[in-house]
Amino acid sequence: MAKLTKQERRTTIISAALKLFSEKGFYITTIPDIAKKVGMSVGNFYNYFTSKDILAKELIIYISEYLGKRIREINDKDISTEKKIYEIVSMYFNMAEERPEMIEYFLRVYLSNREVFEDGCEGMICVSAFVTEMMMFFDNGVERDELHNQDFFSAFGLFMGYLGGMVFLFGEKILPEPLEWYKESISQNIYNALKKR
Amino acid sequence: MHSKNDKKPSIIWFQGLTCNGNTHSFLNLENLENLLNKFEILSHPSLPSTQDFNSITECTLECDIFIFEGTYDPLMKRNDTSISKIVKYYAQKARYIIALGSCASFGGVFKASAPERNSGLLFNEQEKSGPLLKYESKVINISGCPIHPEWLAYTLSMIEKRREVETDSLHRPIELYSTLSHHGCTRNEYFEWKVDAGAFGEKEGCLYYKQGCRAPMTHAPCNKILWNEVSSKTRVGTPCFGCTEPDFPRKNLFSTKTNMSIPEDIPLGVPKRSYLTMAGIAKTFRIKRLEGKLIDYKTAD
Repeated sequence: MAKLTKQERRTTIISAALKLFSEKGFYITTIPDIAKKVGMSVGNFYNYFTSKDILAKELIIYISEYLGKRIREINDKDISTEKKIYEIVSMYFNMAEERPEMIEYFLRVYLSNREVFEDGCEGMICVSAFVTEMMMFFDNGVERDELHNQDFFSAFGLFMGYLGGMVFLFGEKILPEPLEWYKESISQNIYNALKKR
Repeated sequence: MHSKNDKKPSIIWFQGLTCNGNTHSFLNLENLENLLNKFEILSHPSLPSTQDFNSITECTLECDIFIFEGTYDPLMKRNDTSISKIVKYYAQKARYIIALGSCASFGGVFKASAPERNSGLLFNEQEKSGPLLKYESKVINISGCPIHPEWLAYTLSMIEKRREVETDSLHRPIELYSTLSHHGCTRNEYFEWKVDAGAFGEKEGCLYYKQGCRAPMTHAPCNKILWNEVSSKTRVGTPCFGCTEPDFPRKNLFSTKTNMSIPEDIPLGVPKRSYLTMAGIAKTFRIKRLEGKLIDYKTAD
């Protein structure tokens, strides 16, 4: 088996840590747990991340950049805002199904353990890649005269709060249908709520 | 004994459709007399001149510098002579043509009276399609509504010293228009940390987010060469209106156009995505020192 590069090894740690943190919780998961899962010594682990808090912050930056990159790909497409909404919803739900640990981490670790993130990850700092792309999406929608010009957070909350809520219900196994089934209606609801009046 | 080269450069200051704002502003020049002593004023709307106005409109004189103030309206007449004829005559005779103020430079405020017909001398807003296209190389635009008297004094002094006045793509002197009005603004710290001004006229806060300030997008030295030597619009809590740019006057000068709270126009040359990233992060931090009234400021904050 080819030897992993340092970057690849880092990504492996991130994936393993995301899963453990979102399944077991931030405080219960230890560095030895993570090191064991990726098959490395605890000593070696510290060559990649010098503390659990630093790893926690790196994870939220990783998720934010992952989401930001995908929304940017949608933003760069020459399609209507209505279609972009569908694509964002679709991307988000696919991610919730394929890599649920990313959204779980955001909801269960980042939003629930604010004390871990208050030094160096306040406000927009660690999530700016994602929020910036949402700003670009809304700005473009208004510029194209397709969205109602309103306060950013009113619109952002409606969009992401809705998606977060649905993914939470999905994670709790409350939804009677798979997420895929809701994409169309939820996209329509978001568009109807945000469109130019 | 004076040689021919010692002859003072002659000036004709001629007006199109204008409010006289640039004439009045120029009279506030601190060393007006010193400057005027270096020139022969053939004609000026309010300064002693060697020629009467009739002889100017007869189009028989010559001058080194032709200063045109106001919007160019091809149907306008002065002394029953078409302004088109007068402008073209002196444009051809003069060594330099100075389009003084935003009206003469780009059309400005008075373009609105006949938008399809009126323009600046060389430019119609951003488009280079004015009546003096043929004399393009002679034209220096000094835009502003009004111009700062020092801007004209600088340009005239350079000409008098036979120094080249380097200009930008809009024919404005680079020395004056290469930086933004934002440059030197005393509110820059509020801009950096995204602290809004609560209202007009206050000493605290940045006017870019709500009050319509165009300083980060406007080429002008208003915060470097101060008005009346002491102040500027932004220093007293009034937004920059972007009056030196070809799209002046814009509408809704006292409010910032936003899309979902995001400024539609962002600082010149900065990619929007980069600006939003930087602004979002800067806004995260609450700088107590910048939140209160300056009068209440305690050093310990």
